[in-house]
Amino acid sequence: MEIQDKVIFEGELDPGFVNTIRDKSFSEEIDKCIQCGTCSSSCPMVSYMDYPPRKIIGMIKHGFKNEVLKSFTPWLCASCYNCQVKCPSNIKITDIMYTLKREAIDANVYPKKFPIPALAQEMHKIIAKNGRSSELWLVLQMYLKLKDPISPLKYTSTGINLMKTGRLSLKKEKIKNRKQFHALLKAVSEDTK
Amino acid sequence: MRDFIYYPGCSLKAGGKHYEESLLPVFKAIGMPLEEMDDWNCCGATAYFSVDEFMAAAICGRNLSIAEKEKKNVLAPCAGCFLTMKKSNTFLKSGHEKAKKILNDLKSVDAEYKGSIDVVHPLEVLVKDIGLDKIRELVQTKLTGLKVACYYGCQVVRPYTDLDDPDYPTIMDDLMAAIGAEPVDYAAKTRCCGGSLGGTIEKVGVDLNYVLLKEAKKKGADVIVTLCPLCQFNLELPQSKVVAKYKDDVRIPILYFTQLMGLAFGIPKEDLGFNRSVISLDKMWAKLSNGGGK
Repeated sequence: MEIQDKVIFEGELDPGFVNTIRDKSFSEEIDKCIQCGTCSSSCPMVSYMDYPPRKIIGMIKHGFKNEVLKSFTPWLCASCYNCQVKCPSNIKITDIMYTLKREAIDANVYPKKFPIPALAQEMHKIIAKNGRSSELWLVLQMYLKLKDPISPLKYTSTGINLMKTGRLSLKKEKIKNRKQFHALLKAVSEDTK
Repeated sequence: MRDFIYYPGCSLKAGGKHYEESLLPVFKAIGMPLEEMDDWNCCGATAYFSVDEFMAAAICGRNLSIAEKEKKNVLAPCAGCFLTMKKSNTFLKSGHEKAKKILNDLKSVDAEYKGSIDVVHPLEVLVKDIGLDKIRELVQTKLTGLKVACYYGCQVVRPYTDLDDPDYPTIMDDLMAAIGAEPVDYAAKTRCCGGSLGGTIEKVGVDLNYVLLKEAKKKGADVIVTLCPLCQFNLELPQSKVVAKYKDDVRIPILYFTQLMGLAFGIPKEDLGFNRSVISLDKMWAKLSNGGGK
C-alpha cells in the first residue's frame, strides 16, 4: 500500500473563505451549521460527489478553500433545492453551491474535463450573444470546449429520436432587440463588480 | 382574475414543443387564450446563475419589465424558467443594494421594472385561479381507468414558492383526478431527475431515472405526467438505455399534464403533440377505450 500525504497544515487554509461565501451567497445561516447531514441524506446526487454537501459546508467553515473550489460537488448539484428546504438551520445550501461554481470559474480551478462547467459557460456565452439559447448548438459548443468528439456519439440515439419526433431544431434562436440586451449586460457588469 | 402573459422559454420552442402545443389549446378551451410575450429573452436557467448571478437577475428583469408594461403577470410553464424568474423577481424586489443597481440599469436601457408583478406556473392558475369545478365542467371525455403518476420534479415546488408542499405536493394529482384519471400514490414525485446533468452525464441520466420509472411502474401507472420540459426529456429519452442497463422493462410514456387535459376537454389528439412521444402510446390508447378523445 502506498502511503499518501493527506495532511493539510493549518497555514495552508484560508480562514477568510467562509466570509467570502457567506457574503456572496447572502447566507448568514452558514454559521449555524450543526453538521447533522440532512443535506447529504436528502441529495439525489450525493453518490456521485467527491465530498457530500455536509462536508463541503464544514470545509468552507474551516477554510479548505482549494479543496472546495476544485471539488466536483458544486458541479454535480442538480439545483433541486431539496437540501435547502430540508436544512434545520435554513442554510441556503443550493445558493452556496452556485457561489462555489462562480468562485471556481473566477479562480479558474473548476474541473476542466467535466461537462457541466463547460455547459454553464457555453450557455452563458450563447445567451449573452443572442438573448436565447439553442439546444443543439449549446451541446455542440460544449463538446467543442471539452475537446471531446467521442462522448456526443453516445447520444446518437437521443438525437435520432428527437429528430424523428420533430423536436430537434437547427435554428439559432435570437431576440430582436439585441442592442438593448447587450447594453443591459454591459451596464450590469460595470455596476455590480 | 389575474392577467397573464405567456413566457415560453427556449425549451417550449424546441425539445419541449409538445408542451406548448397542448398548453395553448387547453387555455383557449378555458376561455383564457394566451398571448406570447414579445421579444422575450432566455431566463438564463441554471447556467447563468453558475457564471454571474447579477446578470442572471438582470436578464430576468428585462422579461419582467416587458410583462409589467402590459400590466400582466408572467406565466412560465417550464420549471426552470419558473424558478429562475421567481428567484430573480424576489431578489429585484428585495431592496438589496445590488438589486437597486440592477433596477437602475434596467431603467437606463428602457426596460424599467417597478416590481409590481408575479411569476406563476400554469398549474397554479388552473387549480387556484380557475378552479377544479370549472375544469370538471369542461371535461367532455373522462379519462376513466387511466392510471397516472404525477411527477413534479423539484423546481416548481421549492423553495421560492408556496405553490404546494415541497415534498409531497398534490395539486397536479387533484387536477388529474378532476379530468377523470386516477392518480397513483407516487412517492418519487419530487425526487430530482438530474436536471441538466441528466442529459450530459449519461450514467446520471440512466441511474436516476431508473428509480423514477421503476417506482411509477410498481404503483401500476400507465403514464407519467410532467410539468417541465427538462424532466420530460430526462425521463423519456434514456428509457432504452435504462432497460438495457437494468434488464428491466420500465418503459412508460412521459406526457405533459396539459396533453391529458386537452384530451379530456375533447380537443383532437392530433392537435396536442402526442406524435412527439418517443415511447409508444399504443397501450394508453387501448386503455382509453374510446381511442382517446374524439
